[in-house]
Amino acid sequence: MADPVTNVETSSARQDGTDDVIQVKDLHVHFHTALGVVRALNGVSFNIPRGKVLGVVGESGSGKSITGLSIMQLVPPPGRMESGEILYKEKPDTAKPLNILSLGRHSDEMRAIRGDDISMIFQEPMTSLNPVFSVGHQIREAIMLHQNPNEDEARAQSVDILQKVGMPNPQRIARSYPHELSGGMRQRAMIAMALSCTPALLVADEPTTALDVTTEAQILELMRDLQNDIGTSIMFITHNMGVVAQMCDEVAVMYLGRIVERATVDDIFYDPKHPYTISLLRSIPRLGTNRGQKLETIKGGVPDPYTTVTGCPFHPRCPSFMPGLCDTVLPVETIIEGKDHHTVRCHLYPGSTPEQVADGDGRVTGTSGTAPNTGRAN
Amino acid sequence: MVNFIIRRLFAMVITLFFISIISFILIELPPGSALDAEIARLQALGGNLNLSQREALEERYGVNDPIHAKYWKWISNAVQGDFGNSFQYNMPVTQLIWGRLGFSIMLAGSSILFAWLVSIPLGVYSATHRYTIPDYVITVLQFIGVAIPEFLLALVLMVTFESVGGLFSRDMETAPWSFAKFVDLLEHLWLPVIVVSAGSTAWLTRVMRANLLDVLNQQYVQTARAKGLKESKVIWKHAVRNALHPLIMTIGGVLPALIGGDVVASIVLNLPTAGPVFINALRNQDMYLAITFLMFFSLLLVIGNLIADLLLAWVDPRIRLE
Ligand SMILES: Nc1ncnc2c1ncn2[C@@H]1O[C@H](COP(=O)(O)OP(=O)(O)OP(=O)(O)O)[C@@H](O)[C@H]1O
Ligand SMILES: [Mg+2]
Repeated sequence: MADPVTNVETSSARQDGTDDVIQVKDLHVHFHTALGVVRALNGVSFNIPRGKVLGVVGESGSGKSITGLSIMQLVPPPGRMESGEILYKEKPDTAKPLNILSLGRHSDEMRAIRGDDISMIFQEPMTSLNPVFSVGHQIREAIMLHQNPNEDEARAQSVDILQKVGMPNPQRIARSYPHELSGGMRQRAMIAMALSCTPALLVADEPTTALDVTTEAQILELMRDLQNDIGTSIMFITHNMGVVAQMCDEVAVMYLGRIVERATVDDIFYDPKHPYTISLLRSIPRLGTNRGQKLETIKGGVPDPYTTVTGCPFHPRCPSFMPGLCDTVLPVETIIEGKDHHTVRCHLYPGSTPEQVADGDGRVTGTSGTAPNTGRAN
Repeated sequence: MVNFIIRRLFAMVITLFFISIISFILIELPPGSALDAEIARLQALGGNLNLSQREALEERYGVNDPIHAKYWKWISNAVQGDFGNSFQYNMPVTQLIWGRLGFSIMLAGSSILFAWLVSIPLGVYSATHRYTIPDYVITVLQFIGVAIPEFLLALVLMVTFESVGGLFSRDMETAPWSFAKFVDLLEHLWLPVIVVSAGSTAWLTRVMRANLLDVLNQQYVQTARAKGLKESKVIWKHAVRNALHPLIMTIGGVLPALIGGDVVASIVLNLPTAGPVFINALRNQDMYLAITFLMFFSLLLVIGNLIADLLLAWVDPRIRLE
């Protein structure tokens, strides 16, 4: 999949001096189920800038979780990574990034990355801690595995980190079992566990969705603080645009297994380009809008996962649908003129068809799913 | 914890008290008694048994007392370790039961152990290699294990391994206990253990597989993987421990079930266990022998349940022993 036109934008040196911890290139993940093949990811390409928070948003089923799990190589069977690359750069001066997908799922190298370099927290704090081990034990387990095999020191370290995540009585919490803690406390414990080895990247899959708003605000603030402290990059998966505004530096919008728009958080909110992003933003309730006015929803539903839509996958629901183009040709990623790293996959913007790419019209960044040389029909 | 055990022991005594009343009434209920049989035997031997002799016997066994008086007589002796006499064998019940119960408990214990040692690894393998050929093979073996009658399995094994049954070789049977006798016992024990535990092993394998599949879908298993733990550690440390509950619960019921269930196996395999003697005692209305066995089976049941509860609390901190 070494496509020469790939990654004009995502090349690791950026003008502001930062680089990317992770670069995902043209990732395809399929689930081979009894009912057929589910194409969960159809060529996902994006980068996670070092020390930044990248929000990943999109409707249910758009592939956000699978993207996160791919980075950990934890996609559950029958899911399979069909192709693509995930390049991981541990430090800014790492000479050659490591392609995570070249490591075996169960290999020692991969396990050394999980929990140490890259860690993950999940949506359900109620079920993501093992009920039969104490919180301290579960945190200690990661520390002893990656950093310090000495049990007593690991114990002290785990109490430290529990203190850092704002636990009132860390010693006691370390000894308690998950069922003795509230949802918010459990999510703090999860965060403590995930950050215990100071990872370069934290994948947070809807970490606050199951919490009430007050607790959610506390957890978000905690994550923001810790992120500033430790400098960990975060891939923050959510479907809540309000949380995006609060947490994220940059945003990737996903639709049906593809990134359809990628921009800074300001651009996403104040100058969204993709019709899908625009409708997503319209469906958030706002203070000050007229009462009784109906909230806009995106018309239609997400197509069922077994069928593939020809052309732009959003065209059946798109308010700006252009017959003859949108339903036949898959748009490729184009850069928005005059913007910093703002890309979109939509025919409303020049350079979105493979022909234009071949003519050198428009600058292409992503990969083209319909390009004949990939041999992958959509 | 200690408090819990004390309270449970107290509850056990009460439970056993009620069981003793109910079983006593049930066993007294049918007309006639082993005494009639005994009298018939004496008559056949020595001709006429005169009335006074007969009354003396009836007096001794308290045949004509009201039932609560009989019960009281029996229970007050029983708590002191005197369980009365067996009419059939014409000797104190205590002399009859200990050896038999001992072998039964040993057989049941070994069978549970065997069932666990086989079913846990097989169940785990089956669950982690779902829909592979070994999984199908294990599944078929399970169905066979559940379906095959014990006597048939016993016969098949006896024929295959040219065994004559029993727990000892002929020359060891009456020998006093020694290391050689113990080794001899172990050499004979495996066959009855397989026969007795085949059904529960198969069943527990199935239970283990289903449970583990459930647990493997839990988020905390993914969390353990995300930590970088080895897959074997994820399975054996984080998943299996959460799948053990139903297996532990079975200890409560399995103990007496195995002892009851070993009757057929014991008869076919000629084992000196409690089952066959208990059945005989019931058939011949040998009431003191029968009720003593019954009480010990009940005792094992409540002890089994206590052990199960303690193990469960040890495995899962969510279960409080308060
Ligand atoms: N185990 C599985 N078997 C089959 N298909 C799956 C499986 N897991 C995920 N998928 C498919 O992958 C696609 C993406 O799923 P994913 O969980 O990443 O969605 P998501 O964006 O995280 O949604 P949500 O907001 O609901 O969490 C979905 O279409 C789903 O049907
Ligand atoms: Mg998800």
